[in-house]
Amino acid sequence: MIESSPAVQAAVQGQLGESMKSGSGKAFDRKNRLLFYNSTFKVVCICSAIFVCLILFSILIFMFRTGVLTFKTVPLTTFLFSTDWSPETETYGAFVFIFGTFALTALTLLFSVPLSVFVAVFLAEMAPKWLRNLLRPILDLLVGIPSVVYGFLGLTLLLPKLRDWAQVDLSDGILAGAIVLSIMILPTISRISDDSISAVPQKYRDASYALGATRFHTIVRVVLPSARSGILYAVILGMARAIGETMAIVMVIGNTPQLANALFKPTSVLTSNIVMQIPNVPFDSTWNYALYMMGFLLLFISLLMIVVIRLLQRKGASR
Amino acid sequence: MQALIEIDRLNLFYGTFHALKNISMKIPEKAITAFIGPSGCGKSTLLRTLNRMNDMIPGTQIDGTVSIAGADIYGKDIDVETLRKKVGMVFQQPNPFPKSIYDNVAYGPRLHGITSRQKLDEIVENSLRGAALWNEVKDHLKRSAFSLSGGQQQRLCIARALAVEPDILLMDEATSALDPISTLKIEELAQELKERYTIVMVTHNMHQAARVSNQTVFFLNGEVVEYSETEKLFSNPEDQRTEDYISGRFG
Repeated sequence: MIESSPAVQAAVQGQLGESMKSGSGKAFDRKNRLLFYNSTFKVVCICSAIFVCLILFSILIFMFRTGVLTFKTVPLTTFLFSTDWSPETETYGAFVFIFGTFALTALTLLFSVPLSVFVAVFLAEMAPKWLRNLLRPILDLLVGIPSVVYGFLGLTLLLPKLRDWAQVDLSDGILAGAIVLSIMILPTISRISDDSISAVPQKYRDASYALGATRFHTIVRVVLPSARSGILYAVILGMARAIGETMAIVMVIGNTPQLANALFKPTSVLTSNIVMQIPNVPFDSTWNYALYMMGFLLLFISLLMIVVIRLLQRKGASR
Repeated sequence: MQALIEIDRLNLFYGTFHALKNISMKIPEKAITAFIGPSGCGKSTLLRTLNRMNDMIPGTQIDGTVSIAGADIYGKDIDVETLRKKVGMVFQQPNPFPKSIYDNVAYGPRLHGITSRQKLDEIVENSLRGAALWNEVKDHLKRSAFSLSGGQQQRLCIARALAVEPDILLMDEATSALDPISTLKIEELAQELKERYTIVMVTHNMHQAARVSNQTVFFLNGEVVEYSETEKLFSNPEDQRTEDYISGRFG
């Protein structure tokens, strides 16, 4: 042990104690500077969050405020449930478009979710390393392709092929739309699912194999349920993209306000109808308001579907 | 005691690394055999050859024979899934599935085709009793397995392994991530289980090997240095290296 006189000890302790105190005596010393930085940083973060919320709410309010003027002349039930959309005679029934949006989204998810999950499982669990390293960047690139390119290819390649295959005069409609959208959102869903499947700890797989499970059982009963929340998140992102997609859909949907009660029947959805008609409407007309109301509905539908999937997620997590 | 597992001139390579060198041993039935040795000496590798978990590591090559109850488990006619059902395993880290306690234990039986609710209930109860966990969890079987403590999770993993009615239980440093009290519980459990199962355990803890096992194998650099009755190995080792290791001079 090192002996030291009480005086030296006191001096050392004094130094240590002093070094933790703030007082250089100046007005803007270290302590005050830190306090200033911390509080500034906090304020900036809070302001950014408030700013984002503000933008979101003002969009909602603006769409709603203009859209709700529709109901001065058109009853709500007509707007929601009538299939008759004829601006010439001042009849605005948007059911065709609402139904079209739901049908198109559902059909798209029906095609793309299983396929994407298979792709993700293949990538994460089965593909040899070199193939995985090749496919992942390719899928990442596909995510970034502009939707107008998908629409254009759908128009020039898919529609003629569908016409020949199904022996119909016009192949425009929700089937063509759903195929284009499925291809479009497939990379998004499969890459995010792939990441969440890869993040499932190896020890779960080991435990399953050690109990005598095959690879199929392990994937279906352990890996996919564990990755469920990530896969549902991927589906939300894909679906949000599909619901709001406009350009690709305008080119293949047919743009005719008739109910999509068949796979090959030119129809219209909320987005395509808005974009086709908005350039022609008089500024202060019911027609204009009705289009705004459709935009608001679109927002509302995508929020609704996100909430539904979130609930599914919650339910899965608590199991 | 009869030998249940016979290993004959086993060599194992990971790529070019010679992990197990010319290993031959007989592991007796209904007893606890402990593998001890410093890190990287091959004891876990040998344990994982017994249920062929090494198959999944690319670049693994095996030569020599491992037979269980007379059947060569690396033979062409062996079904790996059935082998793993017969040779259960408990890992170093408790690894329950992110499911309920009940579903964790029922996972194996369901896998092997049991669907009757009544039969499953019975298996779950018996397995949890077998793993000395039943009294602690019987009132909340529907709760997530993650709500249990580390020691309870490890006993749940033992229950999960018992639920498929194995003959052999492999424990790969099953207590190294646990606190002393949980460790003691699992050691007591192992003592009970050896009445019905053949247990092979890998351990870093020499005192554990001395406390619970009947036979002890000492590994060094992929070779078996000494294999004998636990009491003899710890009190009167034949090899100088064994003595150095158990007296704490290296490793």
